[in-house]
Amino acid sequence: MKPIALAVFCAALPTLAAADLSVTDPWARASILASRPGAAYLTLESDIADQLTALETPAAGHVMLHDTVTDTNGVSRMNHIEALDLTPGTPVTFAPGGMHLMLMDLTGKLEEGSTFPLTLTFENAGEITVEVPVLSVTATGPGNAE
Amino acid sequence: MNQTSNGGGLSRIRRGLWAMTGVAVVALGAAFLWRAQTPGDLPGPRVTGEAAITNAYTLTDHTGRSVTADDFDGQWQLVFFGFTHCPDICPTTLAYMAQVMDALGPKSAQVTPIFVTVDPARDTRDVMAAYVEAFHPRMVGLTGTEAQIAEAAGNFRVWYERAEDTTAPNGYTMAHSGHIYVMAPDGGFVDVWLEGDAPAETFAENLSALIQATGSSS
Ligand SMILES: [Cu+2]
Repeated sequence: MKPIALAVFCAALPTLAAADLSVTDPWARASILASRPGAAYLTLESDIADQLTALETPAAGHVMLHDTVTDTNGVSRMNHIEALDLTPGTPVTFAPGGMHLMLMDLTGKLEEGSTFPLTLTFENAGEITVEVPVLSVTATGPGNAE
Repeated sequence: MNQTSNGGGLSRIRRGLWAMTGVAVVALGAAFLWRAQTPGDLPGPRVTGEAAITNAYTLTDHTGRSVTADDFDGQWQLVFFGFTHCPDICPTTLAYMAQVMDALGPKSAQVTPIFVTVDPARDTRDVMAAYVEAFHPRMVGLTGTEAQIAEAAGNFRVWYERAEDTTAPNGYTMAHSGHIYVMAPDGGFVDVWLEGDAPAETFAENLSALIQATGSSS
């Protein structure tokens, strides 16, 4: 068993070294009440096939991946995504009305102007921690911070 | 008064408010006739044949006042049904409504944005007050009993449903239609929009033109 495991580990090493995974434009909307879930958004891009498997932040009890699906009648519902697959060269953008990171059981109100760390765990890229700025309640994207 | 020919630059809009201007004018005229034949203070539902959307409800506003649709007589109304445990579509739509108000400039004084909860069990008057105040000083939040909300949503043809979800706070979430209803100062239905249909500026331009068109007749 042991030699095989070692071989797999060695084969994986070059991939790990070459892989580049970027987490860009993170932002969250300020919350009005701490008792209500928050939402955060960002863009992910990976050089290699990867999978986002876990999310963690001290700002919330737990973080879930949600996709808002609006049907032809304009009815919206949130779907829970267990794990998100990343395809090389295809960025995945979380944005209002589409995918969001749902911040459940907030430890406090997300105050405009503050930031909080968010750790994303990927199957290949491992853990990446980003600082998420909290924008105003009326923000609709990372660009309108002013 | 007839502006329907001037639609070229507004082709982005799904159904076109210009075409609806005619409906609004007809509705205004009809409402005027209806009122002329009806005793003064009699409240009544307002129906347009177009979509059978009725601007009728008895709810409690975020200041604790009992209100009906008649309380917004004389104001253009942007009506949205949502809930405060909704972290994505609802704040995005409320923010959009606030941006429309800002883009309207002085004309926003003739418009009332209204947020009606479909989750009255959790969205109490205090919660609604905190929400609407965070989005726009002129926004009104409406809540009520389950029956009152069901009646209001039914009149607007708004669909909503409690969806059991063990991962959600309190074990449930709501699925709901995310339309913004544009209602005329006589309470008549004018159009429905989704937040993603057009930029807030475009919505505001169209609403502004409607306000201009109807305002000039008075
Ligand atoms: Cu969600």
